[in-house]
Amino acid sequence: MTGMLALYIFMLAAFTGYEVIARVPVILHTPLMSGSNFVHGIVLVGAMVALGHAQSTLGLIIGFIGVVLAAGNAVGGYVVTERMLEMFKSSGQNKKKEAH
Amino acid sequence: MNSLDPNMVRVIIDASYLLVAFLFIIGLKQMSSPVTARRGIVWAGFGMLLAVLVSFAYPGMSHYELILAGIGVGGALAWITGKRVAMTDMPQMIALYNGFGGGAAAAIGAVELFANSGEMSTVTLVLAIVGSIIGAISFGGSLIAFGKLQGLIKKTVRFSGLQFINMLLLLGSLMCGVMVAFGIHADSNTVALLFVLSLILGLTMTLPIGGADMPVVISLYNALTGLAVAFEGFVLQNAAMIIAGTVVGSAGTLLTQLMAKAMNRSLGNVLFSGFGDSGGAVAATGDVQGSMKPIEANDVGVMMAFAQKVIIVPGYGMAVAQAQHKVWELTQLLQEKGVMMKFAIHPVAGRMPGHMNVLLAEAGVPYDIIADLDEINAEFETADVALIIGANDVVNPVARNDKSSPIYGMPILNADKAKNVIVIKRGQGAGFSGIENALFYLDNTRMLYGDGQAAVAQLIQAVKAV
Repeated sequence: MTGMLALYIFMLAAFTGYEVIARVPVILHTPLMSGSNFVHGIVLVGAMVALGHAQSTLGLIIGFIGVVLAAGNAVGGYVVTERMLEMFKSSGQNKKKEAH
Repeated sequence: MNSLDPNMVRVIIDASYLLVAFLFIIGLKQMSSPVTARRGIVWAGFGMLLAVLVSFAYPGMSHYELILAGIGVGGALAWITGKRVAMTDMPQMIALYNGFGGGAAAAIGAVELFANSGEMSTVTLVLAIVGSIIGAISFGGSLIAFGKLQGLIKKTVRFSGLQFINMLLLLGSLMCGVMVAFGIHADSNTVALLFVLSLILGLTMTLPIGGADMPVVISLYNALTGLAVAFEGFVLQNAAMIIAGTVVGSAGTLLTQLMAKAMNRSLGNVLFSGFGDSGGAVAATGDVQGSMKPIEANDVGVMMAFAQKVIIVPGYGMAVAQAQHKVWELTQLLQEKGVMMKFAIHPVAGRMPGHMNVLLAEAGVPYDIIADLDEINAEFETADVALIIGANDVVNPVARNDKSSPIYGMPILNADKAKNVIVIKRGQGAGFSGIENALFYLDNTRMLYGDGQAAVAQLIQAVKAV
């Protein structure tokens, strides 16, 4: 991947992020922040690669801390987002649940 | 596995990352509507799972046992805490997980800088350094944000030289960065100093910021972590990290702006000045005419039972009093009597935009009777009763008409336009910001004094008795 190509990716992804979020209703801001928080949990992949390629003891220690933190970001972000979104129900869904 | 060509493996990994990026973006898109939001996070979750699985096949990897152990430890801790955390404590939990992400990005930067800084091109070095600084700031800052919201850090440390010290810290870490990037004393001591200075900057930058501004700060650090992840993605030539990190960086920046706007503050103002500093002096301004008129729960019950339309305005005080379940019970009772019920949510109700919606959703309130400021403000004129529970500044009409007020210009809910306004309030004191609320003194306003939960319970009895 050349630097120029990476810049293209960067620019297009920035616009995508902006557009995807631009029409989000306020009621979903908290789960959405937590959802985007989960998405940058992808840092776990980088931490895995960094630890997997580490050669010195220092590298291993920092890499391990990185993997622990990144896994916390990814798993924690998913669990809390899922819990919050699970609760959002419309009137129709509420009635259905009570009827069961 | 051995027979696989390493180039082929690389192609499969990159193709999987492309799919991961697709799943993340589709997931975020679906999270922007309450109907599909749940599906969205599940799609994004599958993306994450796929990304982690294919990354084990990365060429030249070793230390698999350490990687698995790390994922196990971090994942298990986050799983347990995430499942247990109460909905009211959600903002600090998000801050904490976000800080982890920033710390991880900084850790990647550290591993690369300590091991390979001699072999990297200047551009890659600069990106690794910038990503590390941002990641470390986000890590330190998020920890303070967590500590403050969790009540571990009670004091708001603030002294006149602090901004100057922060400036020095920023300059110091940038200087270290420049030295490493251009190979001047680029040894591990300089790299270590870079991390220490950025980390301290994250801590000292966040310490003077008050609890009310935390949502903006958490959102800002969320965006920063995204950027740090993207930069470290450049260093590792990892497209999934670049795309996901950048998407979060820009989406987070937009969210931060929206939140700051809803609070009538600029980002610079949040970061560099203290709100509520002059609380005492502020309260003295703003002359309010008239008096507060009390009312009994029974009268409110009758008033609401015979109303056509009631709009409930909940604030964080409702959540503190744990009154949301009672409020929903009251709402259902009134709905059975044919009253049209709506909830009006100010963007900054709760401790984070959208937090109140989560708390109401937890109590069982369906999202289609919850309206935000733009949707509901025209409707107050047609409402017979506006019931204010635990909200104060966000319904203060001085924000519309008193230019001398510090909250002048802040968007508010026009609850004062309703035919009757009922305010449930513990006592007669001024609001969180120390500003007198003109709404409480209006002719059409009545005060129902008492603890939120107890007062709503009385209202339920009163409505039942009608």
